[in-house]
Amino acid sequence: MSQLATWRTGSTRVLPGFGLSMGISVLFISLVLLLPITGLFGQLAGLSFAEYWAIITEGRVVASYMVTIGAAAVAAIINAIFGLLLAWVLVRYEFPGKRLLDALMDLPFALPTAVAGITLATLYASSGWMGQLLEPLGFQVAYTWVGIALAMAFTSIPFVVRTVQPVLEDLPAEVDEAAMSLGATDGVAFRRVILPHIWPALVTGTGLAFVRSLGEFGAIIFIAGNMPYETEITALMIFVKLQEYDYAGASAIASVVLFVSLALLLAINVWQGRFVRRLHGGKG
Amino acid sequence: MSIRLHNIAKHFGNTQALEPINLDIHEGELVGLLGPSGSGKTTLLRIIAGLENADRTTQPGKILFGDRDVTNVHVRDRRIGFVFQHYALFRHMSVYDNVAFGLTVLSRKRRPSSGEIRARVFRLLEMVKLEHLANRYPAQLSGGQQQRVSLARALAVEPEVLLLDEPFGALDAKVRQELRRWLRHLHDELNFTSVFVTHDQEEALELSDRVVVMSNGRIEQIDTPDELYRTPANRFVFEFLGDVNHLEGKVSNGVLTCGDAYWHVDLPDGHEELLLRPHEVRLTEQPTSESHLPVTITAISPVGAEVRVELEADWLAQPWLATVRHTDFEHLALRRGQRLFAHPRHWRRFPKVTEKTTEQTRVA
Repeated sequence: MSQLATWRTGSTRVLPGFGLSMGISVLFISLVLLLPITGLFGQLAGLSFAEYWAIITEGRVVASYMVTIGAAAVAAIINAIFGLLLAWVLVRYEFPGKRLLDALMDLPFALPTAVAGITLATLYASSGWMGQLLEPLGFQVAYTWVGIALAMAFTSIPFVVRTVQPVLEDLPAEVDEAAMSLGATDGVAFRRVILPHIWPALVTGTGLAFVRSLGEFGAIIFIAGNMPYETEITALMIFVKLQEYDYAGASAIASVVLFVSLALLLAINVWQGRFVRRLHGGKG
Repeated sequence: MSIRLHNIAKHFGNTQALEPINLDIHEGELVGLLGPSGSGKTTLLRIIAGLENADRTTQPGKILFGDRDVTNVHVRDRRIGFVFQHYALFRHMSVYDNVAFGLTVLSRKRRPSSGEIRARVFRLLEMVKLEHLANRYPAQLSGGQQQRVSLARALAVEPEVLLLDEPFGALDAKVRQELRRWLRHLHDELNFTSVFVTHDQEEALELSDRVVVMSNGRIEQIDTPDELYRTPANRFVFEFLGDVNHLEGKVSNGVLTCGDAYWHVDLPDGHEELLLRPHEVRLTEQPTSESHLPVTITAISPVGAEVRVELEADWLAQPWLATVRHTDFEHLALRRGQRLFAHPRHWRRFPKVTEKTTEQTRVA
């Protein structure tokens, strides 16, 4: 009885506004996130499982999974390496233009992806600046999966930089100094002291970049060339279905992307939670 | 291993962190670098360690460990142990792995066998009384325990020189006291050369064989704790080593006056500032013909071996501090608001013009 009263008046909480802010948050999440997802599943209701399976395992669609996952994996690995390097440079050194470089890191987030796509396509087309240089050497970037990976890397690099950066800032320079005073070479200090510390953040950032790449559309279609079975990405397959007014088919493919993304995000979260617990001495 | 610094200076941008410094530290000595923050003591320690480079000017400085010139030797090859104020333990490694780190990174040729490493790590953990916590992670230990781990880690590589940067600064008073005694003991037992940085004068005086007092990137004095306290080289050292009471006034005909207070002193005419330690102030109920320094008690703190009494008066710019023995405290029946008379027993003056040479001390 009294418990109910305190719960209702909220008198045990010092911070005011819980009811209102929580209510608005839940409403917002419902409208913006849950409602569209429900709509997606609503579309699927019109399909039998056999039809659903047929759509998502059609040869051209499966080929698009391969292209998307392969290119996203390559992009994620590139981002893991260069994102780490960029975060390192931004945290550990002082140089003129540091703030500008830091601000530039967010550009892929801010720039409409279609703008990025068009820019990359013109640059790497055989008549573009980069294309002209690379083509004679036998590298074709535009209209191949390399171009897809490049566009993916461009749009998702901030994920790695922005997740690793705060963790690196949190690692005091004293820790590398301690390692070196104990006789560790630079390589050993990095491998045994710095890398284990930033590893969870690096994996999370890379995972996020990978998931982001799986769903990227705007930046890729201009540079991909979109040849069936070769350079079509899954997002494009959804788009094609939509243009044919096949909403159920589009939803079916979309649900695959959604499940894979959700499963990956969940896995990253669980894994990271376990790692962080160890770092804080098993106290959560 | 003795340490010799010759002509070591350091600039950060345009600010001079260290003026050219010469310093000799003997083998087996425990030396404290004492100074306020910004005095350059940590910079000096980091230069000895090789974590910072001294200026390369036209007359470059030199650092010698024994006969070995280490001026251009990288920190990893200097064979030093360094203990950081905030421990800098490797958080993802257990206590055991932290201590073993220095041994496991040795090149394969010089690395001891894994059994030997194990034995050595446990010997060290035993020494710091932490062998039962070998499998814990740093986050599960208290600050004092973490600092002991970091000390064991530094000692694992058998350094010739142990350098400690405010090693007890982040710990609470009681643990600090205990670790201090324990470090002194360890130092005497293992007989390495140690240099530690502190801003706590009590710590420096208690722990060191010799103390290097620094301010503004300069060495003010190098002496044993005893000499330092008895014969400070200048006003800075005197003021930094303990509480100081100031008495300022005009002297004419052998009487110093300051408001309604006066005091007979044997000094030439002119403006004078005299400095007294709290234990050099005597309190009585009546003035004498020699001195008339009326004061009012504003605070009493009976903690420790002596009672600390805070005194105020119109003629004082800053309150005075006096320490009274507990028996005298009871005898005088001191209480807040009581009016008494102060009598300096002993004083010093550091004339401003020629600081270093003409320190005068008198017994009043």
